[in-house]
Amino acid sequence: MSLVNRSQGEKLFDGINVAIILIFTCIILYPLLYVVLASFSNPAELYENPLLIWPRGFNVESYRLVFENPDIWTGFRNSILYTFVGTFTNILMTVLAAYPLSRRDFFGRGFFTFVFTFTMFFSGGLIPMYLVNQSIGIVGSMWALILPGAISVFNMIIMRTYFQTRIPRELEESAFMDGCNDIKLLMKVVLPLSAPIIAVMVLFYGVGHWNNYFDALIYLSDRNQFPLQLFLREILVKEEMENMLQSASDTGYADRMLAKEGLKYAVVVVSALPLLILYPLLSKFFEKGILVGSIKG
Amino acid sequence: MAKAKSQLDQQAILAQIEANRSGWKETKKRLKKSAGLYVILLLPIIYFGIWHYWPMYGVQIAFKDFLPGSGIWGSPWVGFEHFERFFNAYYFERLIRNTLAISAYGLIVGVPLPIILALMLNELRNKKLRNIVQTISYAPHFISVVVIVGMLLFFISPTSGVVNGVIEMWGGERIDFLADPNNFWHLFTWSGIWQSIGWSSLIYTAAMAGVPPEQYEAAYIDGAGKFRRIWHITLPGIRPTIVILAILAVGGIMSVGFEKVLLMQTGSNLETSEVISTYMYKSGILNAQYSFSAAVGLFNNIINFALLIVVNAIARKVGETSLW
Repeated sequence: MSLVNRSQGEKLFDGINVAIILIFTCIILYPLLYVVLASFSNPAELYENPLLIWPRGFNVESYRLVFENPDIWTGFRNSILYTFVGTFTNILMTVLAAYPLSRRDFFGRGFFTFVFTFTMFFSGGLIPMYLVNQSIGIVGSMWALILPGAISVFNMIIMRTYFQTRIPRELEESAFMDGCNDIKLLMKVVLPLSAPIIAVMVLFYGVGHWNNYFDALIYLSDRNQFPLQLFLREILVKEEMENMLQSASDTGYADRMLAKEGLKYAVVVVSALPLLILYPLLSKFFEKGILVGSIKG
Repeated sequence: MAKAKSQLDQQAILAQIEANRSGWKETKKRLKKSAGLYVILLLPIIYFGIWHYWPMYGVQIAFKDFLPGSGIWGSPWVGFEHFERFFNAYYFERLIRNTLAISAYGLIVGVPLPIILALMLNELRNKKLRNIVQTISYAPHFISVVVIVGMLLFFISPTSGVVNGVIEMWGGERIDFLADPNNFWHLFTWSGIWQSIGWSSLIYTAAMAGVPPEQYEAAYIDGAGKFRRIWHITLPGIRPTIVILAILAVGGIMSVGFEKVLLMQTGSNLETSEVISTYMYKSGILNAQYSFSAAVGLFNNIINFALLIVVNAIARKVGETSLW
């Protein structure tokens, strides 16, 4: 196409296209940027003039408040634990499910593929699931957040497709010739070749655990076990809703309110830190892995 | 004559038995060959049994009066009592209306917009700009619902939100956007679009990369303009992807992103924000009406499942693409 000169109309089209895309990028980016800028601003000045393109009255007071808050530390500790154990369980189980289903010579492949994928479209629902967890006795423990979602069928299909398309059949056959069994084959041949897809899965599952609040809301009641998202919910959503009902009367109250406002912005930034650190590491695997499985499903 | 016939019959039966036996032998042989794979699949089978099929078995409490002491099996049957109660409740219509409206709104805006974004990105000549925009566009996907709702409140809160700050700066009155039931569907849908548009467009961009470039060149030489190339080459090229995603979206129409709805609910916007799943959560988990909530949930799932089958059948009939 580059061989031919572009017509006037095409140039106009491209110009408008670029303009719209730049506006779109600003709409996506500004709210994110705003939170970061606001977290470094002085809450009182922020209240006076809320539009920001640079921190207003630069200070890190809000971050001090975040790190002094014991709930945040508890939340962080728990979320890290749940994310690690949960993601490990997810990866293990997803590999175990995806690998046999990827093998064309697996007797019963069609049956199990159906039995597993059917659960994507029909489930018992929230209450029967709750009762099952109750009878097993994991309600009130971290396992209630980890075991029920151990395999995402969607991710399992992506991984199966990866195994099918990216692991050379000849490699498996020659390993069999050398007397390798299925388990050894999976561990020694297939897994070492699957780093990109596993990295993507770590990202998907890990983010899922880090961001999950609803399971914890249902299954946990001890504050010491709460993940970060539940504390965030209290700070960002519940208090905000309650503030609406109160009226600011005394001056001390107004100051406290302002300090809390700053804390909200800072706490969002802090909660996103682990992902920000993890993201560049995983994103290079990202496109390679996800695009393999997603379309061929 | 009759004897011969019965003998023939006998022979046929014997042959059948023999065939069955060798069929079974064959099965056994193949099972044995797959034994190692079954060992690998053991944990997943247990997992799906406990956390997917046991709850499906437990869904029968929707037709029972669940007594914790008697368990799922021992509780007495009550037939469709819970369903009748739900259908006749004064809030039933409201729940259905809100659920369908929020989903339909999400579908109407949420299906085409990512496609449009992908098309626009695909037309960008500067590949570097395209990569940067794409990476930025899907960043919000990784933010938790709690933070998304928190951020929404940063902007629209009547006490501290930016929007209200600006309104006041210009001499206007502060508005409590979230408390007004008229706003809920818009706030919910558009904050969702903000979060998911980039991520959803990824899959289309990937599909577009698979369209052979020769087709574009040929069309260009034939004098087709940009819009005609998009219409006649790009869109047909990604049609299977569009159809599959649309089927899945319609199949989930009754399951609104209820974790977010729950966070955005306030006492004053319940009129438009209470959906089936939030109602089920409240009556089931908070008020411990297990059987009634299970009935509500089952109703929801059956409608979803039926919709999925219908839409899939239509897609299969009209086009060549379908889920199964």
